[in-house]
Amino acid sequence: MESELDRILSKYPFPESVKEEIKSELEKLNLPENKLKKVIDACFRAYLNNLIEPGEPSGIVAAQSIGEPGTQMTMRTFHYAGVAEINVTLGLPRLIEILDVRKNPSTPMMKIRLLPEYANDREKARDIANKIEATYLKDIADIEADIRNMRIIIRPDEEAMKRKGLDHESIKKKIEKQAKTEILEEGGNIIVQISEPSYKLLMSTFEKLKDTVVMGIKEIKRVIIRKEGEEYVLYTEGSSLKKVMKVPGVDFTRTLTNDIYEIYEVLGIEAARNAIIEEALNTLEEQGLEVDPRHIMLVADVMTADGELRSIGRHGVAGEKQSVLARAAFEMTVNNLLDAAVRGEMDYLRGITENIIVGQPIKLGTGDIELVLKMGGRR
Amino acid sequence: MKIRLQDHILVPKHEILSKEEAEELLKILGISKEQLPKIKASDPIVVEIGAKPGDIIKITRKSLTAGKSVFYRLVV
Repeated sequence: MESELDRILSKYPFPESVKEEIKSELEKLNLPENKLKKVIDACFRAYLNNLIEPGEPSGIVAAQSIGEPGTQMTMRTFHYAGVAEINVTLGLPRLIEILDVRKNPSTPMMKIRLLPEYANDREKARDIANKIEATYLKDIADIEADIRNMRIIIRPDEEAMKRKGLDHESIKKKIEKQAKTEILEEGGNIIVQISEPSYKLLMSTFEKLKDTVVMGIKEIKRVIIRKEGEEYVLYTEGSSLKKVMKVPGVDFTRTLTNDIYEIYEVLGIEAARNAIIEEALNTLEEQGLEVDPRHIMLVADVMTADGELRSIGRHGVAGEKQSVLARAAFEMTVNNLLDAAVRGEMDYLRGITENIIVGQPIKLGTGDIELVLKMGGRR
Repeated sequence: MKIRLQDHILVPKHEILSKEEAEELLKILGISKEQLPKIKASDPIVVEIGAKPGDIIKITRKSLTAGKSVFYRLVV
């Protein structure tokens, strides 16, 4: 019976999800073959009727469908998104950030999942969190500038070091690298001697040492451990996919970031497309707005069609249009026209905007179709 | 442990089309190679599967609406 159904269905070019739905419904009914065929045939006709018409302005429909709910978004939402204590940009600013492909989003964030042997153990998860979170020298030691002797005294806090699992030698090495001068050890304290007697140099070295990262990943400012279902998940403030995925114990395949440009660089254009769709849909949904995913998918497709991320707007899709008039109609009218005149550009009037400006029928819907009369046909 | 970028949940399946498959595809679609969407030869996944400029890559995506959808990109 099932195979019968599969055989009939395989002849129709339904999308996978439609096929599944028809199958699950029909399996309940247990119909004979000829009736099955009739039902599936009716389904196919309905499917064809629901397909988009050739010449339909899908881009404009998408723009309106995202734009209208966008007017209802809060202008400034800058608070937590369910995740404890981590601030995440939300609402309209976040949507703009996604569509503009900002290289440094205002609140980068990662969601790091762990391999099974680490995910269920709070202690092991804590260990990994320590390895990822940036630890500064000022967190584990007292730093003091000794102006009289032109040197900096660092007094490691034994307890803090133990908690982070650090030892003297590794800290010494890090300091040596950062200070670029010789360092001494004196009764547990580390002393950095400034090479020349300059107060300015002393203070700048002092500031530099304070912010030296002795452990962890520089970009990750904070890590929070949460239990989700059975496993512990790490949420971070700051993002560095490339570095985090090399940390042992991290399940790289399920580790996410909200920095889309970083995903593009590390995982390629297709992953970036998926990230755009996911982030945009989540942002809209969080605001209680429902937009059909197809509109977002179209936007993501346009942004990734060239193999690199293009922003929607002046510096991307709209700014790179071939037509002079279309660009001038969008933004910076005078500049665009002037530059085009200087370069001697030509407008072929192929797009929509240009044709509206000059007052011709646009190439959309019925306007996209031309009739050709065939002479000497049926009399 | 060697990291395979293709295993990441955000990355759909990428495959290189053979010459015959590519020709057949272009015939069905009725377009030339250059009209396909592009993917850079420096794209991490392209590097990983070892595709060369001029190859066509078949991408099998998980779609929210269609369940599964197939997409093609030309390596440039």
